[in-house]
Parts: sequence; C-alpha cells; structure tokens
Amino acid sequence: MTRGQRLSAWLLLAALAAPLALAGEIPRDQRRSGADFMAPETRAMQADDTANPAMLWVLEGDALWREPAGAAGQSCADCHGDTAESMRGVAARHPAFDEASGRPIDLQGRINQCRAERQSAEPFPPEDDRLLALTAYVARQSLGLPADPPDDPRLVPFQENGRHLFERRIGQLNLSCADCHDDHWGGRLGGAPIPQAHPTGYPLYRLEWQTLGSLQRRLRNCMTGVRAETPSFGAPDFVDLELYLMRRAEGLPLEAPGVRP
Amino acid sequence: MLAAMLILPTLPAFGQESARRGVVPYEVEGDGIVRPLTGAPGDPNRGAALAADRQKSLCVLCHPGPFPDQHLHGTLAPDLAGVGKRLTEAQIRLRVVDNKRLNPETIMPAFHRVTDDPTVAAAWRGRPILGAGEVEDIVAWLSTLKE
Repeated sequence: MTRGQRLSAWLLLAALAAPLALAGEIPRDQRRSGADFMAPETRAMQADDTANPAMLWVLEGDALWREPAGAAGQSCADCHGDTAESMRGVAARHPAFDEASGRPIDLQGRINQCRAERQSAEPFPPEDDRLLALTAYVARQSLGLPADPPDDPRLVPFQENGRHLFERRIGQLNLSCADCHDDHWGGRLGGAPIPQAHPTGYPLYRLEWQTLGSLQRRLRNCMTGVRAETPSFGAPDFVDLELYLMRRAEGLPLEAPGVRP
Repeated sequence: MLAAMLILPTLPAFGQESARRGVVPYEVEGDGIVRPLTGAPGDPNRGAALAADRQKSLCVLCHPGPFPDQHLHGTLAPDLAGVGKRLTEAQIRLRVVDNKRLNPETIMPAFHRVTDDPTVAAAWRGRPILGAGEVEDIVAWLSTLKE
C-alpha cells in the first residue's frame, strides 16, 4: 500500500466511524415509541383498555373531574365541561408557557395550579393518586394525537436548558440521557432494551412500580441509576427537561396512559 | 512541612486525586498501568463474581462476556471474551481504572477515580465505584480470558 492509499484508507475509516461517534439527535424518520421496544404481551396490555391497569386511574380521574373541590366548591367540569372537547389536544401541547410564573408548566403542574387558584383547594402532593388520575384522564383525551409542543419563543431558553440537561453527563457513572437514549437506543442495558426516551405515554403504569407514575418519577429513576443527585418533584429543571423531551418527540402520537416494563 | 513541599511536585498528576478517600496513586505508562494498585495480587475468582454483580461492578450491564445469565448481558460495549489475549494486563488495568484517560468520550465510567462533580449523589460523593483491591480482582479475572 502506498502512503496515499494508506491515507485514503484512514479517511474512509474515519468517515465510517464518525456517525457512530457523533450519533447525536435521532433523525425524525427513526423516532419510535418506547412501546415498540416492549415484549408483545406488554404492548397488548397497553392496547387493551380492559387489560391496561392505568385505565383504573382514568376512571378515577373521570369521577374526580365532576367532583366539587376546595373552598370554591367548583368541579373541573363546572368550567371545562366535556373533556372530549375541552381537553382534546391539551396534553399534546404541554409543557406550555405559563404567564403567571413566566416559565413552562407541565400538565400536572397546570392541574395543580387550577386547583389552587380556581378551586381554592390544596394542591395535590407529587405522585398523589388523585393528581395522577386527573392527569391520566386529561392526557387520555389526546390519545393518538401527535405531540405538538407550542411554537412559543418564550419557551426557547427553557427548552435549551432542557437540552443541556439531557446532554450533560451526571452522577458517579458520569452518563448523560443522550449517551443512552440518543446514541445507544436499541442496544441492551443489562438485558433490557434501551428506548428513545419519548414522553408520549405519561403518566403510565410501570410494571416495576406496580402503579401509575409521572414522567418526573421516571426521570428520577434514571438519575438514581447513574448515581446522581435528583431534583425534587416539580423542580424547574424537570419541567425544562420535559419540554425538551416533548420537542424531541414532536409528531409522535400520544399514548397515555401507557404501560411499560 | 518543608519535606511535604519538596515531595509534592515530584508526585505525578494524579497526586491530588490520590489524597481522596479510597483512591490509591498509580502511574500511567503508555496506554497502561504496569504496577498493580495493591501489594497483594488480585484474585480472579473474586473478580469473576464481582464482574457479574449488577449492582457493584456493573460490568455486565454494558458488556457481553463469559458471565452466567446470558440473557441479562448488555450489548453496549465490547465482548469481554478474549480480552486477556487482545490487551495486556497493564492495558486492562488502565481501562478499568479510568478509560476516559484514553477516550474522554467513552461511556465507560472511570471505576477508580473521584471528581468534584456536584451532580454525584451524596451517598457516592468522594468514593470511587471500585476500590483498589476490587480493581485488581477484576483485572486478574479479565487477564485470564484468553479466548
């Protein structure tokens, strides 16, 4: 091999290796729901309303929606009426910009905000079954609609912070979300397939939890896994991360309440 | 005090880290660490058990290899089968201790390193993933994997 040929061979190798080393964001046409990575029986459980355990929370949410709460004695239904109309697409557009706080708010944050301000009731604590039930019930009204994060320029800095948090290496294991979910999705971690980390099924029933949980709970699980500090529930960083995840999943159909292993 | 000042500059770059709890000093030569981290030699049997431990060493989460429970292997990192033939003991030792010295982008954690990273959970802060003796056990086992 001449020197020129050797150089060409190296350049070819470098060109071949580059896409692997710099995998980066997932191309739009390769985006896949986490459900695609599940065993057929788990997919069937999610698809069948009579088998999906999360539907119990949707039913409870339906009841809570009509129940007056707080000092105002108002129910959600008193203002919002029929959810099939008023709540259709709402989950697909959250997190959204909240005028009051001047930053993004996620769906369960919005429900708690409405509860405090309109119903004059105590906000639900994080992961409270009633909050999960109302969130699941509202999210269910967007079933099948594409994730449609708002094109609001005021959201951009928060979304960029979310991206930074997604790409930043953290914890004793020094791994970022992107290391696994952008660069190694489809691979196996301890035997379990790594999905692309799309937030389109939340809140969802995780078999490992044996209950319904929020996206923030799931994010905390991953952070604990890499031995990192976890922000508290409702922390602004979590909402920014949720916002980035929603942008990253733009166009994928919502499937809440989902089921995951 | 004077002695310490005289000695300090002669320590290799890892001197500051070595002062931390649980991390011993070592010397990188080329792409390896020739001298073992401990006086006592590593035990390959202990290393085999440790390497298969999903909570402690975590090796099996990413690497396929000659582990029990084949279906619980990761597929994110090179197969450990034959690593003892592909790499020298010194090369294996550096890759276990701190592979980021060779490739800062690698997803492989540095197993015997401590940093000031404030994102590390309080329970793990100031501690390496593996102690020096554990590193040597794993290096001893990996070095036996000749095929």
